[in-house]
Amino acid sequence: MQSVIRIILQRLALGLLTLFVVSIVIFTAVNMLPGDFAEAILGQGATPEAVASIRRDLGLDQPPITRYFQWLGGALQGDLGNSFAQANFASFAGADTGVSTTVAQQIAPRFENTMFLAAVTAFIAVPVSLTLGILAALFRNSVFDRATNVTTLTSISSPEFFLAYVLILFLAVLNPVLPSLSNIFDGMSFGERLEKTLLPALTLTLVVTAHMMRMTRAAIINLLASPYIEMARLKGMSPMRVIVKHALPNALAPIINVIALNLAYLITGVVVVEVVFVYPGIGQLFVDSVKIRDIPVVQACCLIFAAAYILLNLLADILSILSNPRLRHPK
Amino acid sequence: MSTLLTLALLLVGIAASGWVLRFAGQKATGNAPTFRDMPFAVAFGYVLGACLLLFSVWYFFQPTVTEAGVPNAGVVFFRWAVQFFIIATIAAYLFRVLGRSVGTAWSKKLFRQMPLTASFGVLVVILYAFTAIFAGWLAPHGQEEIFTRVNVLPGGNAATGGDPLHPLGTDQIGRDLLSRLIYGAQNTVGIAFVTACLAFFLGGSLGFLAATLQGWLDQVLSRAVDVLMAIPSLIFALLLMTIASAWAGSERWLLTVYMIIIIAVIDSTRVFRLARAVGLNIVVMDYIEAAKLRGEGLSYLIFKEILPNATAPLLAEFGLRFCFVFLTIASLSFLGVGIQPPLADWGTMVRDSAQFINFAAFSPLTAALPLLAAGAIALLTVGVNFVVDWMLHRSSGLKE
Repeated sequence: MQSVIRIILQRLALGLLTLFVVSIVIFTAVNMLPGDFAEAILGQGATPEAVASIRRDLGLDQPPITRYFQWLGGALQGDLGNSFAQANFASFAGADTGVSTTVAQQIAPRFENTMFLAAVTAFIAVPVSLTLGILAALFRNSVFDRATNVTTLTSISSPEFFLAYVLILFLAVLNPVLPSLSNIFDGMSFGERLEKTLLPALTLTLVVTAHMMRMTRAAIINLLASPYIEMARLKGMSPMRVIVKHALPNALAPIINVIALNLAYLITGVVVVEVVFVYPGIGQLFVDSVKIRDIPVVQACCLIFAAAYILLNLLADILSILSNPRLRHPK
Repeated sequence: MSTLLTLALLLVGIAASGWVLRFAGQKATGNAPTFRDMPFAVAFGYVLGACLLLFSVWYFFQPTVTEAGVPNAGVVFFRWAVQFFIIATIAAYLFRVLGRSVGTAWSKKLFRQMPLTASFGVLVVILYAFTAIFAGWLAPHGQEEIFTRVNVLPGGNAATGGDPLHPLGTDQIGRDLLSRLIYGAQNTVGIAFVTACLAFFLGGSLGFLAATLQGWLDQVLSRAVDVLMAIPSLIFALLLMTIASAWAGSERWLLTVYMIIIIAVIDSTRVFRLARAVGLNIVVMDYIEAAKLRGEGLSYLIFKEILPNATAPLLAEFGLRFCFVFLTIASLSFLGVGIQPPLADWGTMVRDSAQFINFAAFSPLTAALPLLAAGAIALLTVGVNFVVDWMLHRSSGLKE
């Protein structure tokens, strides 16, 4: 037990270290921008005095290392700085418009929406892909297996927006079952929210299910050659029972790993899908900020995405160690 | 609610007929092993499959225009999909027959072992390469040529707002869409190919270098790759594109060059991992030791000893890498930060024509436009993946 805790702590420390280095990479990348924030805020008609004053206000006259630690310290306390675009808008509309100008205020509700989308997707995708994977392993090399193989390969390799538009065509335009725009706002009932989220979630499900299902199938088929499976078969167990009782528990480690990795993949896929469905999530905010070069928001979104990605990979790592005793004692 | 009820009833009905099928089969054949050992799930699957097939055939032969004169868009799209599927299957089959009878003994043998999906993939890759190389001759107009008639509807029928000059219509500023679709092959596929090659050159040579030299260089490179891989690639690409767009300023073509470099660097990390892993397995071989003792230089070791022995896994990886790069570029273009106008490109075309999909119920042909561009992207990646899947299956020696 001690060793397990030690290994988990080691992994956690490694994950934190990676996150730290990643934050340095993101910060350095942003600092490679020509000119600086002050010129970016003021635009072309900036006078040197105005630039100097804004530089002082934002602390840009400090050396990069000081600024990095200020940014990181702020980020750790949930203060991600001020958004350029919103700050400009607020100063244009008057001081007290109630417009949220800090990045944290902008991100918080969208983060929740994205998490909701990911949760709905996982809720559909995990059971579906496990069932399909087990069935494909059970009836391998049958027509069913071939058909799922070709279908999943097709849906893995298609771009997300292709799948999204095909789903829109059939489920929103030709048979208006679900709304094609996901305008989510506060005070919506859970059912309404679910209805608006369902189409993007289905698109992501198509993308993710394929991979999870193929890995489940491969993991189970790998095990089917083991002697204890042979034994179970010889004593007259039904194929379904052999797979559910003997193969599945042993295949759990790779399957959990794949689920966690695919949830990590969701984070990337979410960007394109959110843009297609105009879903008010963090991915859409990220793309919009990239287009108008709203640096603080881009930086913050990037950090959040990277953190979630690292966290899920870490989770996959730890879970696979926990589920496989052999990994606990590395040679 | 009634839809759900109907579905549930249908499933119960199928389950019942599955049981009846198995029971009748057992009685009729005198308990033949096929029916005696058939699990219930399999019988259920057979009936479900048969029902789906019957429904498809019935739906396929529905009229395309309803009595009120409105196009029955669902049927139209379904017919297109089925026709495409049938044509693709026949083309792949004929291509495989052709490959089996023409060519050298080696290529004949290759085609003999090929499943239909793989031969379809090879056919798709060849067609795309042909279109990309000869786009200038194939396209009826130039990609930047602007015509006076804007927003011409596809179909080429003057009575329905089309123009025989422009079979797929023109866009909002009057460029011929068919030509842009064909040139898109050149730009999107060409740029993706260049990027994948660059990523391969970069990642492959550094990976082999790390595997051969080991020591501190290996440590530094591996840790750097670990960090770069900890950021999701599309997110990282978008972040760097923000900076690149500031650097490029108004020089649009420069942004495309930056994009190639950025994506190549991000993707080379994955190639590095594979090349290093494959290289490490080769470096411990005796013939490497012998070459070292002969006093061969580093470049000889990498290019003459390691590379030829690592081609098979690297080739499969190249196919997958190309797909990833292609999809990343298409996604970036779709999000509006990838390949820049006036170059024609599929991702941008999808974004620009996406709203047409809402007219599907009235004019299926108009709505097909964004799907055509997105489908062009999907078809190539699907084709390449089919080929790679077969290659991996072959090299892994799985015969099951």
